[in-house]
Amino acid sequence: MEMITNWIGTIPGAVSQGFVWGIMALGLYITFKILDFADLTVDGSICTGAAVCTILMTNGYNVWFAMAMAFIAGCIAGLVTGLLHTRMGIPPILAGILTQLMLWSVNLIIMSGKANVALSGFKFRDKLLISTGSVNITKSIIILSIIIFILVTALYWFFGTQFGISLRSTGNSKNMSRAQGINTSFTTVFGLALSNGIVAFSGSLLAQQQGAADINMGRGAIVIGLAAVIVGESIISKLATNFYIRLLGVVLGAVIYWLVFQTVIFIGLPSEYLKMLSALVVAIFLGVPYIKANLSGKKNKSGSVKNA
Amino acid sequence: MLEIKNICKTFNTGTINEKVALDDLSLKLNEGDFVTVIGGNGAGKSTMLNAIAGVFPIDNGSISINGEDITKLPEYKRAKYIGRVFQDPMMGTAADMLMEENLSIAERRGKKRYIKWAISKKDRERYKELLTQLDLGLENRLSSKMGLLSGGQRQAVTLLMASMEKPKLLLLDEHTAALDPATAAKVLDLTDKIVVEHHLTAIMITHNMNDAIKHGNRLIMMNQGKIIFDVAGEEKAKLTKTVLLNKFAEIAGQNQESDRMVLS
Repeated sequence: MEMITNWIGTIPGAVSQGFVWGIMALGLYITFKILDFADLTVDGSICTGAAVCTILMTNGYNVWFAMAMAFIAGCIAGLVTGLLHTRMGIPPILAGILTQLMLWSVNLIIMSGKANVALSGFKFRDKLLISTGSVNITKSIIILSIIIFILVTALYWFFGTQFGISLRSTGNSKNMSRAQGINTSFTTVFGLALSNGIVAFSGSLLAQQQGAADINMGRGAIVIGLAAVIVGESIISKLATNFYIRLLGVVLGAVIYWLVFQTVIFIGLPSEYLKMLSALVVAIFLGVPYIKANLSGKKNKSGSVKNA
Repeated sequence: MLEIKNICKTFNTGTINEKVALDDLSLKLNEGDFVTVIGGNGAGKSTMLNAIAGVFPIDNGSISINGEDITKLPEYKRAKYIGRVFQDPMMGTAADMLMEENLSIAERRGKKRYIKWAISKKDRERYKELLTQLDLGLENRLSSKMGLLSGGQRQAVTLLMASMEKPKLLLLDEHTAALDPATAAKVLDLTDKIVVEHHLTAIMITHNMNDAIKHGNRLIMMNQGKIIFDVAGEEKAKLTKTVLLNKFAEIAGQNQESDRMVLS
């Protein structure tokens, strides 16, 4: 009984963490789902957002300003990946890896060579937008809910505009898009910039939540983001096709991911297994539809033999 | 209207697979010309269309539309003047997007795309009307995903998309080749109707000689990257399949040497 109440006690933390990563996953959704571009830049840009926000705040800047700058820094990172791909013909995954590696240096430079910069303590007590700790967790969840609501609404609207649907068609059919006069290089670069801007923005929230910016905080971020996107999609796509709901589903996916995680830790899995676990979750979710399709293909084949 | 001057295109230059696809090709189209293009595989028909559309840069020569040189313009900028329908029904539309979204994208071909809500109720009414004219029962499927439509339906919608913002030039690259005969005939009728209705200048590649004779006011035959036969008007109207077959036989004689190499 006590164990269950203890477990329930971990839920708000998981939800708050899920919300922050849900915002990250919304950014990833733009590249992975809408542009059909597997963008590995995010492992670097999430840390860039955290670093920019932390450094600005330690220098006395307002949290909103710091978060806006984090967004812009992320946009620039996405821009670099976009230009590497569209101007220099580098394949998407490699372009992302190259920027990610560049960002490692950039992030260290932003943090003046330190691998970890704290964003906690008395100095920041009233200045952070969100933070952990039982006193602040409800406030954090409310603020994150509002941010998510605004972001999802903005994305829903944007991808229904004349320019927004041209981004979607770029990811869907480049031939059709160019034949209809869409500059697919521009839309790709724009999408990457927007995506990484949102990812870096989530990084600025993550730094506040964790109380620090850490050079390693982005490692494997893409896998967590993908897990959220895939888990969310597979749950929501059965219930609704509405784009707004699907975007919310991505956030739901992130929350589920962290709930499962907290539970697994709670049960007592050593933390060194966690990255392995998240990679396996993504591999299984990505692989199952393929395996299913293959199996049903075989069944159909034997079926047709029977009919013949 | 369209003026192609001495264009050349060689693929894989300097390699063992070097292939001269367009060899000093020139062509002049008048306003309202509907040209059908025939020729064997590898004659350069699709390459010519893609060169006009700007899919790749050409090695030599120039292309202009209404006196404006478009040789250096990228593909997406040429789309302002050019509507296209591809051979593969999958290529002309965005399969995962709704039909109304596809139409909305097509309606802004060559125009600026603003950050402004794309589809209004009024737009939907207009799309419905346009689809009714296709007479394929598509007017009630505006909010269906394009990918759920059959190949013929998709080609019909692609035709509509290529023409709803009137292009100066319509390029049809064997757009009925992937369809069954009945559907192909229907799409061809629709093509005729749209070209006539909008007074379009059009180039249509086809493998079907009867279609090439039946449609359009001018016919060209290509071989090895060149135009080897060009008839228009009265002469085109009197053209028979026998004449074309003889032409093909003539070319086949010339090509025998290379064919033998391929077959051996």
